[in-house]
Amino acid sequence: MTNDLDVVAADPKKFIQGRTGPWEIVMGLEIHAQVASNSKLFSGAAVGFGAGPNEQVSLVDAAMPGMLPVINRYCVEQAVKTGLGLKAQINPWSRFDRKNYFYPDLPQGYQISQFKDPIVGEGVVLVERDDGSTFTVRIERLHLEQDAGKSIHDLDPHATYVDLNRAGTALMEIVSKPDIRSSEEAAAYVKKVRTIVRYLGTCDGDLEKGNLRADVNVSVRRPGEGLGTRCEIKNVNSYRYIMQAIEYEARRQIEVLEDGGTIKQETRLFDPGKLETRSMRSKEEAQDYRYFPDPDLLPLELDPAWIKAIEASLPELPDDKKARLQSQYGLSAYDSGVLVIEQERSDFYEKAAKGRDAKLVANWTTNELLARLAKSGQDIENSPIPPEDIAGLVELIETGVISSKIAKEVFDRMWAGEGTPQQVVDKHGLVQVTDTGAIESVIDALIAANPDKAEAVKEKPQALGWFVGQVMKETGGKANPAAVNEILRTKLGVL
Amino acid sequence: MAIDAATVRKVALLARLSESEERLEPLARELNGIMTWIDMLDEVDVEGVEPMASAVDLKLPMREDVVTEGGDPAKVLANAPSSKDNFFVVPKVVE
Amino acid sequence: MGELTSLTLKAALDGLKAKTFSSVEITQAHVDAVAKSKALNAYILETPERALQMAAAADARIARGEAGLLEGAPLGIKDLFCTESFRTTAASKILGDFKPTYESTVTANLWRDGAVMLGKLNLDEFAMGSANETSAFGPVTNPWRAAGSNQSLTPGGSSGGSAAAVAADLCLGATATDTGGSIRQPAAFTGTVGIKPTYGRCSRWGIVAFASSLDQAGPIAKTVEDAAILLRSMSGHDVKDSTSLPVDVPDFASFVGKSVKGLRIGVPKEYRVDGMPAEIEALWAQGIAWLKEAGCEIVDVSLPHTKYALPTYYIVAPAEASSNLARYDGMRYGLRAEGKTLADVYQNTRGAGFGDEVKRRILIGAYVLSAGYYDAYYLKAQKVRRRIADDFKAAFEKCDALLTPATPSAAFPIGQKDVDPVTMYLNDVFTVTANLAGVPAMSIPAGLDKDGLPLGLQLIGRTLDEGTLFSLGGALEKAADFRAKPKAWWAS
Repeated sequence: MTNDLDVVAADPKKFIQGRTGPWEIVMGLEIHAQVASNSKLFSGAAVGFGAGPNEQVSLVDAAMPGMLPVINRYCVEQAVKTGLGLKAQINPWSRFDRKNYFYPDLPQGYQISQFKDPIVGEGVVLVERDDGSTFTVRIERLHLEQDAGKSIHDLDPHATYVDLNRAGTALMEIVSKPDIRSSEEAAAYVKKVRTIVRYLGTCDGDLEKGNLRADVNVSVRRPGEGLGTRCEIKNVNSYRYIMQAIEYEARRQIEVLEDGGTIKQETRLFDPGKLETRSMRSKEEAQDYRYFPDPDLLPLELDPAWIKAIEASLPELPDDKKARLQSQYGLSAYDSGVLVIEQERSDFYEKAAKGRDAKLVANWTTNELLARLAKSGQDIENSPIPPEDIAGLVELIETGVISSKIAKEVFDRMWAGEGTPQQVVDKHGLVQVTDTGAIESVIDALIAANPDKAEAVKEKPQALGWFVGQVMKETGGKANPAAVNEILRTKLGVL
Repeated sequence: MAIDAATVRKVALLARLSESEERLEPLARELNGIMTWIDMLDEVDVEGVEPMASAVDLKLPMREDVVTEGGDPAKVLANAPSSKDNFFVVPKVVE
Repeated sequence: MGELTSLTLKAALDGLKAKTFSSVEITQAHVDAVAKSKALNAYILETPERALQMAAAADARIARGEAGLLEGAPLGIKDLFCTESFRTTAASKILGDFKPTYESTVTANLWRDGAVMLGKLNLDEFAMGSANETSAFGPVTNPWRAAGSNQSLTPGGSSGGSAAAVAADLCLGATATDTGGSIRQPAAFTGTVGIKPTYGRCSRWGIVAFASSLDQAGPIAKTVEDAAILLRSMSGHDVKDSTSLPVDVPDFASFVGKSVKGLRIGVPKEYRVDGMPAEIEALWAQGIAWLKEAGCEIVDVSLPHTKYALPTYYIVAPAEASSNLARYDGMRYGLRAEGKTLADVYQNTRGAGFGDEVKRRILIGAYVLSAGYYDAYYLKAQKVRRRIADDFKAAFEKCDALLTPATPSAAFPIGQKDVDPVTMYLNDVFTVTANLAGVPAMSIPAGLDKDGLPLGLQLIGRTLDEGTLFSLGGALEKAADFRAKPKAWWAS
């Protein structure tokens, strides 16, 4: 295990200061990604959200006597696809095991999962931090398994209600190695995995609906020491919760250890209301899952030609796209990183950038549009400004029809729904003044009124900026800045 | 190996079978008898033998991703000891 | 009308086709016989109305010239097969009044071919037993009694109800299942024919599971030919069962009566077990002689791992069962016992719902799968299982089928062997190997012991080679000319 951990270089900046010195958090994540399939992993019942209770339940899902599982080919294909997207090894021979435990929303009394022989082996994910720097998280495995049903505890004070609609839905459990060292990294890792599965189309990545869930295995240790005892935190279904849960849990563990206690390996539930984790009573008793190969199923053997065909059908993945955006459009790592987080963003960008100044389009897309969308809580798919209009706006800037400053106003009006950039410019007369005669007369008047300043410029060319500013002011920002500069330099004799 | 009352208690809990305390000892003796008999398997040399999980030597057949079942909660709930508003009603689970 | 129940299935189908009698008539005759047979406790659910309704429909189809393979034939169904809207219990209290909303594939196949359901047959609880004594509905009594004795004998198990019903003419044939010998042992104890086909021949969909990798459905019938007719209808690839074999179903009956000349019959020396009664030994020798006379070549073969088959079975079957029976938790169907907490409800439900033998096997299963023991028991058993299957493969290089005794004894008194579980388990010593290897095996009545009780011989065949078993079974049946019938002491 120590070797495994040494893969990640210790970074004192991420250490948590306790009363008795620094601690390092060590984390591995288990992400459960629901396969975006029509029907369940082992039954023909529909997968979906919002159906009435037990409306999407087959006799197999309800574990009626004598019912048998038959695997969904599409789900297998999505697991392979996701494995390839995680740059992981695909196992041509895998098998399903039964994980035995009792719970009212687990109708069979066991979950069909893959224990010893998962469909996908080791892989790797490159993750971007918020500052644009990157780190690597190694993937231990990905396996297919059934989801459980839903227990509803708050409909009746004396009973629990069980809805099996979710029971049997296909999940891909993506298990990382313990390569994560901070709550920000954990959230960034989940974001990246979400981006990958959404690119692949294998999971819709909807955290709110629980279609992508993360369990976090948290432990703390003194820097350089061996791995501590870990606790598994469940029920963290947003990036914020992930970070809050980890921070609380790490602090809790540090406190226990600094008080001379020991950490009990257990499953803990995050309570977003109280911002704390607590031991899950139902999971408290020692679990012994008694895994064994499911005798209702046979080994899952994949045809190598099929794997190849799936590989050939893979879309461009975020890392590749990021590299391409950098080389093809000359974008910064940061901008391209921001654009590839969602496929829709980079699609939007590439549509807008066609034939235009690519960097300028990137600026308008990331700095202006994405910021506005985020503020109003909208996705880029529903952007009130289409990519053609960003392209149009940039074209107006490129051709000198408007200045960057005016462009901001145009953008505001576009956002407000006043039409295409051209329409906005026409309607409000925002065309930039490129008529040198008009600019010259403004400049002449300015020089005449400020002879001392004109004299100063000759000594100190940086002072030219004051004149530029005044000209823009006089012209209401419509003067072409390049033309203003050129005329000013000639008139004031600055080279 | 020997199965004692504590082992029987543990296994009974795993299997969610209630066994009274008085039954644990006799059950342990009985299970020991069976397990001792089973221990004759130790005589078999299984070095390098591939475990046999099924008598069927085929690949796992796969079905297409189409919805063929469901949409009938009444059918699912027909035998439920307790149900309400199309939910199964079960004893209160304390989280 | 009483005579109609004594017909073989084949004779009945011929009579129905020739309109010598109607399905309603022969069904009514069986319904009446069943109603008078309470002393046997073979049926745990009688469905006379359903039977007569199906019979009338069959008669209509016969009249229209649309008769199916089993048109109008009244059958009994082991209560392990789920039957839509008819209570299915697996002879366990835990299923309570469970009425499936679906029909098992095997029974659906029978109804497709025109068969008529007389009712559900008793069995060992969840098919776990060899004497039909673990049923929540009480034991089945064997129609046969030792000469001069009134003592109740077991019909064997777990398909004791099926075997007893066929032997007592309470149906023309019955469905059964066989996980370790549950078709063949009761058939041998009741003078009937039973075949466990190749694993995967009959769909397991809708059959209450005991041990998934071993469970296989098959018929119990009055004759080899009847068994062949029934098996044809029951068999077939089913996409709802991932372990169902994607193969065509032969006309098994066409193999009955075929010459067996030149077939090589293996006699495995390991089946000559210590303490085997001389009568069984003699019967086996007689069987060998009959097949030799019929033109077979007898070869000595060895199945060296035979004695490990039962201990292997008693790891694999309980392990799978412990998991298969986890679904009986009182949440969605069946019995629910009260309790203060959820844990109490689970334990009380399962504690009250399962009988002792089922609990014992669940405990063994949970134990052998538990942390630290998996490799020593379950994995080891799977490896020994491979050895056992390989023994058969090697033997079938040298022969076309194996001949062995079906059971180590004739039917024994009810209650005699339930003292020690291992003694009871030894009943399946000759039959369990075929389940582990997945190969087909058939039990054929071949003679009576000194007390006048039937004894059976077992034929074991290659994977999917049931045809050869039907040919050989037919030859043995002919040579043995087994015509004995139990006296109908039970008819009230």
